[in-house]
Amino acid sequence: MIGGQVFVIDHSRCIGCEACVHACEECGTHRGTSLIHLDHLDRGVSTQTAPTVCMHCEDPTCAKVCPADAIKQNEAGVVQSALKPRCIGCSNCVYACPFGVPRYFPEPDQMMKCDMCFDRTSQGLAPMCASVCPSEALWYGTPEQFAERRPGELINEFRFGNQAVRTHVAVVVDDRHDGPLDVTTMTVRQRWQDDPFGLGVSYTAGSTR
Amino acid sequence: MAHLPLSEQDLIDRYGPHLNRAPPGGWNAGLKIDKVVDTHCCFCGQQCGIKLKVADNQVVGFEPRYDFPFNEGKLCPKGVKRYLQGAHPDRLLEPLERDPAVPGGFRPVSWDHALDRTVAEIRRIQHAHGPDAVAMLSGVSLTNEKSYLIGKFARLALGTANLDYNGRLCMVSAGAASKRALGVDRAPNPWSDIPLADVIIVAGANVAECAPITTSYIWRARDRGAKLIVADPRVTPLARTADVFLGLRPGTDSALFGAILHVLIANDWLDHGYIDAHTVGFADAAAAVADHTPEWAATVTGVPADRIIEAARLWGTSATGMLLHARGIEHHTKGVENVNACINLGLATGKYGRPGCGVCTITGQGNGQGGREQGHKCDQLPGNRDITNPEHRAHVAGVWGCSVDEIPGKGITAQEIVEAIHDGEIKGLLSICFNPLVSLPDTAFTRRALDKLEFYSVIDFFLSETAQHADIVLPGSLHEEDEGTVTTVEGRCVKINAAVDPPGQARTDWHILRDLAWRLGRGHYFDFDGPEDLFEEMCRASAGGSADYAGMTWDRIVAEQGIFWPCPEPGHPGTPRLFEGGRFFHPDGKAKFFPIRYRDPAEVVDADYPIWLTTGRVVSQYLSGVQTRRIAQLVDQYPEPLCEMHPLLAGRVGVVSGDRVTVTSRRGSITLPAKVVETIRPDTVFIPYHWPGDKAANTLTNRALDPISKIPEYKVSAVNVEKASGSATVTDARDTRLHDGESPEPNR
Repeated sequence: MIGGQVFVIDHSRCIGCEACVHACEECGTHRGTSLIHLDHLDRGVSTQTAPTVCMHCEDPTCAKVCPADAIKQNEAGVVQSALKPRCIGCSNCVYACPFGVPRYFPEPDQMMKCDMCFDRTSQGLAPMCASVCPSEALWYGTPEQFAERRPGELINEFRFGNQAVRTHVAVVVDDRHDGPLDVTTMTVRQRWQDDPFGLGVSYTAGSTR
Repeated sequence: MAHLPLSEQDLIDRYGPHLNRAPPGGWNAGLKIDKVVDTHCCFCGQQCGIKLKVADNQVVGFEPRYDFPFNEGKLCPKGVKRYLQGAHPDRLLEPLERDPAVPGGFRPVSWDHALDRTVAEIRRIQHAHGPDAVAMLSGVSLTNEKSYLIGKFARLALGTANLDYNGRLCMVSAGAASKRALGVDRAPNPWSDIPLADVIIVAGANVAECAPITTSYIWRARDRGAKLIVADPRVTPLARTADVFLGLRPGTDSALFGAILHVLIANDWLDHGYIDAHTVGFADAAAAVADHTPEWAATVTGVPADRIIEAARLWGTSATGMLLHARGIEHHTKGVENVNACINLGLATGKYGRPGCGVCTITGQGNGQGGREQGHKCDQLPGNRDITNPEHRAHVAGVWGCSVDEIPGKGITAQEIVEAIHDGEIKGLLSICFNPLVSLPDTAFTRRALDKLEFYSVIDFFLSETAQHADIVLPGSLHEEDEGTVTTVEGRCVKINAAVDPPGQARTDWHILRDLAWRLGRGHYFDFDGPEDLFEEMCRASAGGSADYAGMTWDRIVAEQGIFWPCPEPGHPGTPRLFEGGRFFHPDGKAKFFPIRYRDPAEVVDADYPIWLTTGRVVSQYLSGVQTRRIAQLVDQYPEPLCEMHPLLAGRVGVVSGDRVTVTSRRGSITLPAKVVETIRPDTVFIPYHWPGDKAANTLTNRALDPISKIPEYKVSAVNVEKASGSATVTDARDTRLHDGESPEPNR
């Protein structure tokens, strides 16, 4: 939570429209550069897409691995882009982030990443991406508003091997006791999804990308 | 002469599409924002609220409009980047006249010359060949006020019967079906009803890409436990999550809906009290589907019978339910029948006129709903009145102050107008906001027709592919350069506010049409000072019609965040939900079932053309792309049409994703990259239609029309698919732009 508000990602609702990608570019702190990630899991077999904003870790890996001490958290817990005067462009953060968030930009030789639209959130406004998201896959508000508006539980603890990570941004799951979230495999919830067109065989060609 | 003055490439070099990537002055110009204007998006029928930021009489950005209840700040990618159509290098800034001798093919002329020449040519053609030899084609991205003005202008200033509009390519089949079944042409529900439904059927509607904001309404229903049924030849992003997926073969919708009605009847999942009290014709409708068993339908549609039965069970046994349909069932020679088959399902189970109950078309164009009500459709007068009905004609003649005989009769429809041009019966054309060279089926035919025009004058803000054929180009206004109202997918009339003035010598569209009317000697019918005058006259003209706006004012529309018609008198709150209490708009108050039996589409696959082709849209492009093909980020997202096909078909053709394929129909062929995905039927390919020339999907489509609504059958053609030489560099821009290791170029 940042300032009593929680930023929520619900991958199951993402429709891949890229409104977030385009809106990110409008953010006042990095105008003209979109920093959000939006990926097809495997377009060859599914339209499932997954948006990734910075998860804003409580103890950010990117900052820990930065040899130049260029990555700072502000008082609200927002992990910021590398400080331009300090960043040496080594990309340690790019490789170390467990969520794959930071990006190195040769021009202007700096790591840049999502800063939770701090120009907006510090003024009480929702971030650009969560403002425009047509499907509320990206959503911003208080936990009480979330509970009132929709089902699902929020998790903000992740395990990457031996590393445990707690984040300010939360992910929606059906049941937080189901175990760790795995967005890289597609869980078939409906039987038809094995054979959408009734071909009589489970057609699994794998990725055709 | 309507031949191109120069080669297509020379015209593109001069007039675009060029790509606008950044706001005026660049991303970090630090412009002082003079004002922030509450308005709506210029694109689809969802009409999302948006705030436009203005600096130095230019739109320089946007801000989410959280307070507009329909979208609460949400926007799709087109809405986010819509502001980049302003201050665009391709913007037409002065009147132009065709001149092959000058660089660019058009020379700037004065407004007087452009208007005088247009009027002289119209008079010459009409004198020689009769008033109907000049046609007008219009569009429903235009406001209600402009739609009303164009209907009056064509009838009283041009004096032609041959006025039609590009809504003919959009949802006229839904309108005709609703009118004959329910007595009125409007989606019967406010979208706030969707979350109240226990079951939702989405039929032929790629909601996530073509009406993205509606996704959130459907998710909210699912949050309450609603079941989702999706009927589509493709597993669209919404279908991915459906409880029941009906992956039907293109053109077999009425077999599917007929079988669902059959199952409802067989299991008595019917609301007999509702059928008896509020409808007529059930027995005939039931008899028509007596042999439409799910097992039979499975052979026609390719959908397993058990899924059809499960869909019927969910629809028939749920207390509330909504059926949302769009172009996927409407773009057919059976468009009206398909929609009537859906309406039958709503009537049979009493799913009308209650919270969470209704059968709704998702209107496509920005003012698709309002535009078709105000009388710029060849068969209609304002208020959704019938141009052949003597009482309706008399009412409108009274408002217009003309004799009834001055109003021409029913004209021919958009596709028929182009065919009449091709046949030499129509020799002159005035068009606004319509790009038939991209949007009509059988592109080669449309091009041959345009080449035969003796005179063509166009009002537009960019030189569209069709406008390249014009003799005179009149620079009109962008959405943000004029004010007025539009009526949304919900039947909610909302206010469009002007953010900036038209640049250069460009003028508002109403100003241009009024000047033409005056020069045509009909100024006494066009004595108004601006769109608010037009709105007031339009409301009077609509009074007593089914689409009754008589109680609306601009002030009320703004204060109430839109008003749903009918709103028949001052103080009337408007009508968000139609048919409450089982009262329909026919004189007897009852709804009509129609007997719908399956029949084949106009073209079916055979040995020479063994693959079904269906066409549609992608999320980052809008209709014929005149605006969205000029915005860099939207082009980056989906740069060119791709041929979606299943791996089984790709294997037979011998291609993988990125290989180029040649797709051939009886009309022509195009070559484009393949996109191999398991999310489409193996017997079907999909190509989006937003592009012109050698990328035009409509090169392949069929000019067959629905007999009632005259909508073309865009959704079903028979094609052959063969491997071509070469391969694409990019088949999914997103994967290379955002997914590969390389950092994207920052936009500076």
